[in-house]
Amino acid sequence: MLNSFIFGNLTLDAIPYHEPIIMVAGVMMVLGVFAVLGGITFFKKWGYLWKEWVTTVDHKKIGVMYIILAVVMLLRGFADALMMRTQQAIAVGHSMGYLPPSHYDQIFTAHGVIMIFFVAMPLMFGLLNLAVPLQIGARDVAFPYLNSLSFWLTVSGAILVNISLIVGKFAATGWLAYPPLSGLVYSPGVGVDYYIWALQISGVGSLLSGVNFTATILKMRCPGMKLMKMPIFTWTALCAMVLVILAFPVLTATLAMLTLDRYMGMHFFTAAFGGNAMLYVNLIWAWGHPEVYILILPAFGIYSEVVATFCKKPLFGYSSMVWASIVITFLSFSVWLHHFFTMGSGANVNAVFGIATMIIAVPTGAKIFNWLFTMYRGRVQFSVPMLWTIGFITTFAVGGMTGVLMSVPAVDFQIHNSEFLVAHFHNTIIGGVVFGYFAGLTYWCPKIFGFKLNEKLGKVTFWCWFIGFYVAFMPVYIVGLMGMTRRINHYSAATGWHPYLVVAFIGALIIAAGIASLVLNIALSIKNRNKEGYLDTTGDPWDGRTLEWSIPSPAPFYNFALTPEVDSIDAFWKTKQEIAQGKSVQKPAYQDIHMPKNTSTGFFIGALSGLFGFGMVWQIPWLIAVGFIGVLVAMVARSFSTDTDYYVKAADVEATEAKYAALRQRGASSLGDSAEDDGMLGSEILNKAT
Amino acid sequence: MSSQQKVETYGTGRKTLKSYMTGLVLSLIFTFTAFYLVGQHTLSTTALYVSLSLLAVMQLLAQVIFFLCLTNKTAEGRWNTMPFIFVIAIILLLVGGTLWIMYNLNYHMVH
Repeated sequence: MLNSFIFGNLTLDAIPYHEPIIMVAGVMMVLGVFAVLGGITFFKKWGYLWKEWVTTVDHKKIGVMYIILAVVMLLRGFADALMMRTQQAIAVGHSMGYLPPSHYDQIFTAHGVIMIFFVAMPLMFGLLNLAVPLQIGARDVAFPYLNSLSFWLTVSGAILVNISLIVGKFAATGWLAYPPLSGLVYSPGVGVDYYIWALQISGVGSLLSGVNFTATILKMRCPGMKLMKMPIFTWTALCAMVLVILAFPVLTATLAMLTLDRYMGMHFFTAAFGGNAMLYVNLIWAWGHPEVYILILPAFGIYSEVVATFCKKPLFGYSSMVWASIVITFLSFSVWLHHFFTMGSGANVNAVFGIATMIIAVPTGAKIFNWLFTMYRGRVQFSVPMLWTIGFITTFAVGGMTGVLMSVPAVDFQIHNSEFLVAHFHNTIIGGVVFGYFAGLTYWCPKIFGFKLNEKLGKVTFWCWFIGFYVAFMPVYIVGLMGMTRRINHYSAATGWHPYLVVAFIGALIIAAGIASLVLNIALSIKNRNKEGYLDTTGDPWDGRTLEWSIPSPAPFYNFALTPEVDSIDAFWKTKQEIAQGKSVQKPAYQDIHMPKNTSTGFFIGALSGLFGFGMVWQIPWLIAVGFIGVLVAMVARSFSTDTDYYVKAADVEATEAKYAALRQRGASSLGDSAEDDGMLGSEILNKAT
Repeated sequence: MSSQQKVETYGTGRKTLKSYMTGLVLSLIFTFTAFYLVGQHTLSTTALYVSLSLLAVMQLLAQVIFFLCLTNKTAEGRWNTMPFIFVIAIILLLVGGTLWIMYNLNYHMVH
């Protein structure tokens, strides 16, 4: 009795001692965590970490933390991918491979969940945090504390997924956990519970971020920035956030019903007592299909910014780009039943949703032409963000066309649930989302950190990913057409798939080299951050067009010393032209700046939610109570706090700006000579700032 | 709140006792009609489903218009109305699609 009160269903058996692969991975993970914690203690950085990062409400720092989370989870998700590719490359005929089916099932589930929820989503929110407030001339997001809360909820979800590796197990149901397989009868363990609570907690974070950014974009644009004068990335971000607000509640409600089925013996999705498992499939795709557009729309925005900047031309067809995004936003809710083509829907449903799916390719195609026309007769600079963009245009065209191919119901009957589908969505997600986010990281890195990434290694990363993608996934298209279904962990040699899967494995290794060079690039660029070719003293390293490039790099914590006023698209470009034509710049009159204060509430609510989730997974009564009541208390306490903001004095703003101006001048006269001083200066500014 | 202080209305229409009373009366009518229809057992099941759904939607509209004072007369009010209509459209799409596919599946399972 007491035992079950303290530990719930958790026993020592939950740790999979008998599975060497999991144990080695788990031990590596634990060692990694201890290495990081030990390092922080050794360098005495706990205070710094707490004050500058954990409790921060600065959108730029929250963005950086989102990206760190995404990169760490990318390593885990990609390790899963490599394990699956290895298994499929060797598990043919008499060889059963090295992964037992139960473990293999967990791996493909974890791969999908991690890559979508804990790599792509954090990367997207990270980039939104970095760029959107800067692009619209705002000092922060509309609700800075809520932003911090969203981030820590996402972290809690990610930690739950990682804990499931060594304490218990993860879901073995596929990334969308269809019942009846995910119901209590067929998945009696804690795997699906980990899935549910990790997604619920991080999903709340995503929804709050959606509200936050929608409010930010609609309410906090600088004077003169009408909706049709917003930078295109901000537009696509707005569309994506509207989708988040409308789609994520569906996910929350669906998972809540699955939870009730599993915990309270209800029958929403069971065949018995009037439940219907197909309703779950319907609801999860009503969220799931908008979700892929939530991921791709901001990537489209990044390509648009990059293309205009690196071709030195205004974006071709700005308003058609905006309207294409809006049309995609609306249409993305009208295609989800194409997941039902072969699952018992009638001819009418198939016809309507097949055509709707084809139609959504039209605005996307319009965007592709806009990018091409922007490049046409432009002065194209083949720097790293531009390479990602060109790589995207070719790769995504292939992925888009296989998508339109599958939107024909008759074709879908042949290839649904096959490796062809797997190749298709990797084609659009890697070739569209991942390429775009990497372009965005390279593009905005100097604005956030004050240094550029290494150009050569960036190109190595690009070519490894680009070539690796084709080598890894073209064979997967082929085996799909040969009839290989997805999620297979062993097959007969007579199928003839083996050579293709070996090639696919080699492709995965090439992508692994791309990831290695990405990590190496980040490390090398941080080491050389004050050297010539890395250090950005101008604040405008790419000769940019939008407002974020009008302020120094790294962006001051208050973003804009003076609130900018704009009267056109590409406002900063226009200002630069006017200055070049001899328009004089007046000495600015600084004013006090109103800023939000740091708060630890977001961190605590995130941590308590994580405890609550863990308690629910193992059904530990006291932990559930502590988590739940703790969250309520923290929320109420925060709502009574009036000490939430402060003013930066005009004199301090002027001093900070003067230091940046000095840095800029020194950079212009002798870049690299005073490298150490510059480094000091940058951190000095940041420290003084907070 | 003193009378000089500007009351933030967020673009809603004027909040009058009349509009609240109208809303209350309408809500009561729709509610009691629903109970009456169910209690009478005169309608067929399908007709009952349809009329109850219609009454629920009318109830929603009555409350949004008379209690929340959603209006099209102010510029900010139009900003409230636009997302409202958009959300209604998305909900119709999702609910309609869901009903359609579930009836489809039901049909194909049985026949």
